[in-house]
Amino acid sequence: MGISVLASAALFALPISAWAQQGAPQGHPEDYAAADIAHGARVYAENCDRCHGADGAGVSGVDFRTGKFRNADTDRQLAMVIGRGFPTAGMPAFALDTADMTGVIAYLRNINNLDRGSIPAGDADRGRLVFEGKGACLSCHRVKDKGSRQAPDLSDIGATRSAGTLERSLINPQEQLFPINRAVHIVTREGTAINGRRLNEDTYTVQLADEDGRLVSLSKSDLRQYTISTKAAMPSFKGELTRDELADLLSYLLTLKGQ
Amino acid sequence: MPRRYLLLLTLSLVCYGQTTVGYDRLLNAAKEPQNWLTYGGDYFSHHYSGLTQITPANVKALNLAWVYQSPLTGSWESTPLVVDGIMYVTQRPNDIVAMDAATGRVFWIYHYENAKTVTVCCGANNRGLAILGDTLYMGTLDAHLVAVNARSGMLLWNTKVAESKSGYSITLAPLAFRDRVLVGLGGGEYGIRGSIAAFNARTGKEVWRFYTIPAPGEPGHETWEDCKPGAGYCDPEAWKHGGGSVWVTGSYDPELNLTYWGIGNVGPDYNADQRPGANLYTGSAVALDADTGKLRWHYQFTPHDRYDFDSVQVPVLADLNWKGAPVKAMMWANRNGNFYVLDRATGKFLLGKPFVKVNWMSGFDQNGVPIQTPQPPGMPTYPAVQGGSNWYSPSFSPRTKLMYVSSWEDQGQYFAGTPVEYKEGLSFGGGNLAPFVPQPDNPAKAIPGAPAIPNLRRGPINNWTDAGGHGAVLAIDPLTGAPRWRFKMYDVTDTGIVTTASDLLFTGGREGYLQALDARTGALLWRRNLGAQMLNNPITYSVNGRQYVAAMAGLSLFAFALPDRSIFFAIAATPPLAAWE
Repeated sequence: MGISVLASAALFALPISAWAQQGAPQGHPEDYAAADIAHGARVYAENCDRCHGADGAGVSGVDFRTGKFRNADTDRQLAMVIGRGFPTAGMPAFALDTADMTGVIAYLRNINNLDRGSIPAGDADRGRLVFEGKGACLSCHRVKDKGSRQAPDLSDIGATRSAGTLERSLINPQEQLFPINRAVHIVTREGTAINGRRLNEDTYTVQLADEDGRLVSLSKSDLRQYTISTKAAMPSFKGELTRDELADLLSYLLTLKGQ
Repeated sequence: MPRRYLLLLTLSLVCYGQTTVGYDRLLNAAKEPQNWLTYGGDYFSHHYSGLTQITPANVKALNLAWVYQSPLTGSWESTPLVVDGIMYVTQRPNDIVAMDAATGRVFWIYHYENAKTVTVCCGANNRGLAILGDTLYMGTLDAHLVAVNARSGMLLWNTKVAESKSGYSITLAPLAFRDRVLVGLGGGEYGIRGSIAAFNARTGKEVWRFYTIPAPGEPGHETWEDCKPGAGYCDPEAWKHGGGSVWVTGSYDPELNLTYWGIGNVGPDYNADQRPGANLYTGSAVALDADTGKLRWHYQFTPHDRYDFDSVQVPVLADLNWKGAPVKAMMWANRNGNFYVLDRATGKFLLGKPFVKVNWMSGFDQNGVPIQTPQPPGMPTYPAVQGGSNWYSPSFSPRTKLMYVSSWEDQGQYFAGTPVEYKEGLSFGGGNLAPFVPQPDNPAKAIPGAPAIPNLRRGPINNWTDAGGHGAVLAIDPLTGAPRWRFKMYDVTDTGIVTTASDLLFTGGREGYLQALDARTGALLWRRNLGAQMLNNPITYSVNGRQYVAAMAGLSLFAFALPDRSIFFAIAATPPLAAWE
């Protein structure tokens, strides 16, 4: 159990070093008290959201959802980073009291763990069999060195997507598909047709992976046709998989954390 | 012509003939287009240059002249000054760098050591300098104003303007005129009470101060209404930490003897319920008597704001022919998504018109007060928190008579207020924001968790696409408020705009392209990928007859110019510039 908000309120305004000696837990999402996480959500919205974004990925190169932090492993180190900031790089120091610091760390440790969806946890090993077998996910997706390159590589999907997002993607991909992952169809001025998915785009150029995974960079002024599909290529698995199979598949996807 | 060209080459080997920048030179800044003497280019903040060497016809030949790389990290929002061949630019947190504007080689660097108590929201930025006489003026993150000798880089005086541990800071470039230098205080996200203050340019002694939140007994204080019993959390002394930051430099009309400033958002930003009333002078334009700092008039763009729509824009002044009569006008593309024209002598509302999608209001009443339409829970507000435009400078060209604005289009966001108690030096936002990326089949519904435009961008990858909003350069006709043309970008933009007397427009964006557009048509004429987000106002200047365009991207300051051969032909083809005479 972590320090609850009520208990830690008594430690108001203790210095960081004192806070870190309160037996605070060290990084497992389930080690934190629900009350601390809820309090931390408000502290986060008040202090952190403005730069880091509601999803924790607002600063490029920093993604709280992964559970990994550039300058901190332990909660004590996290408290130091928050308490001291990086003023010259634009992150101010946050003089949070103990309750707020405890809460915001609990929230950071759980930021990708709050949108749980409605399907209970299943068996990840069985889920891998669904993924590779009945679900035929590898016919479009790839995990590590297996599968197709048509759809996004899912090797670290469990580190960057919540359980709720993954569940909605399986049940209703049309509503959940992120815009960057919509399929594109291109015809160059010379008449070459390319189907692929965007990796990056700006006003003048687009970078994509074609169906064989080759990296292609094109100038938009060289294109005769550039169509971004508004329909998800991924089918819905609602009714295709049983609820248990979906639960297992979801649990498997959440184990894919990259290297 | 060739003889003059040779003479210029010879001159470039010696020195730049630096002279003192007296008030008369600042008053007539437009007459020396080779220089960039104030943050806004002139006291009317036109961000316009009379230079004509680079033209729509030859801009394709524009090439890199030099790069200066700052050794520090973080975003770089500074606008340089250029004085007789010397460029003065601030780099974070509060350095002044003096360099050769033709080569980027450094003469000296002044380093200011900030107090450890610095508390700055939203990036520890500095946006630039003022010069008057032989002195440079800089505001600091710990809320001091310093005067530095422009030749030697030596400190002349250092005046504390406010208490940094309470969240006060200065991030804007000061405004200097006559014998005084003006700054405004930032810190609205920390519950400050903002002010604009004038200091004696020679001694650093305070001359006057205008508080942007009126105290009890002062006009405007009645807009900080009493708490109503049973209406939820309410702060009976909300005015004491009511915000009203001043994040960007004001403008000055010497004939009217008025100085104009944009006032930032109210504190707390999002929970309007705990501070009942219109909350003057937050979200307003104020016109102050330049002698005394007394308020002459105000116009509030966003009364009782709940969206952080601070008026953090540079007031752009111009004399317009308004429905057949001359009007001393002020133009303003506000963060709240509306373009405004006011009479700058009286503050009278002349025009207000959305320049991006707006749904927080449905129109104006006869006095120019917006009719507010807060969106129900679960529905997005347009524009989003970054607004239709923000702190980066627009441009007004006296040739095209168009106002050029960097805008964020089609971005909406969920806003929700929550009570927040003021604590010194801590964030005082009072609410939640959530991104809104519409589904392609159902634009009223969001894609849950879809990546949205980040407030800061520090990398070259777009994982958010333009589905949740994008940027555009708009050329707005101030007489109608309607865009004459629109240049759509894929990503949003935090880059200001400079226009020239050859009808070129230079700007950038988060994608990292410095781009030249035709100011009359919006056609793209030239672009270069500078490789990082641009967060500043490009400028143009010339040294020894060669015109440069300077802009920052990431940690680098780039100067572009035509190759020597192109300059030769440009000289042969165009009348000589005033600066060469």
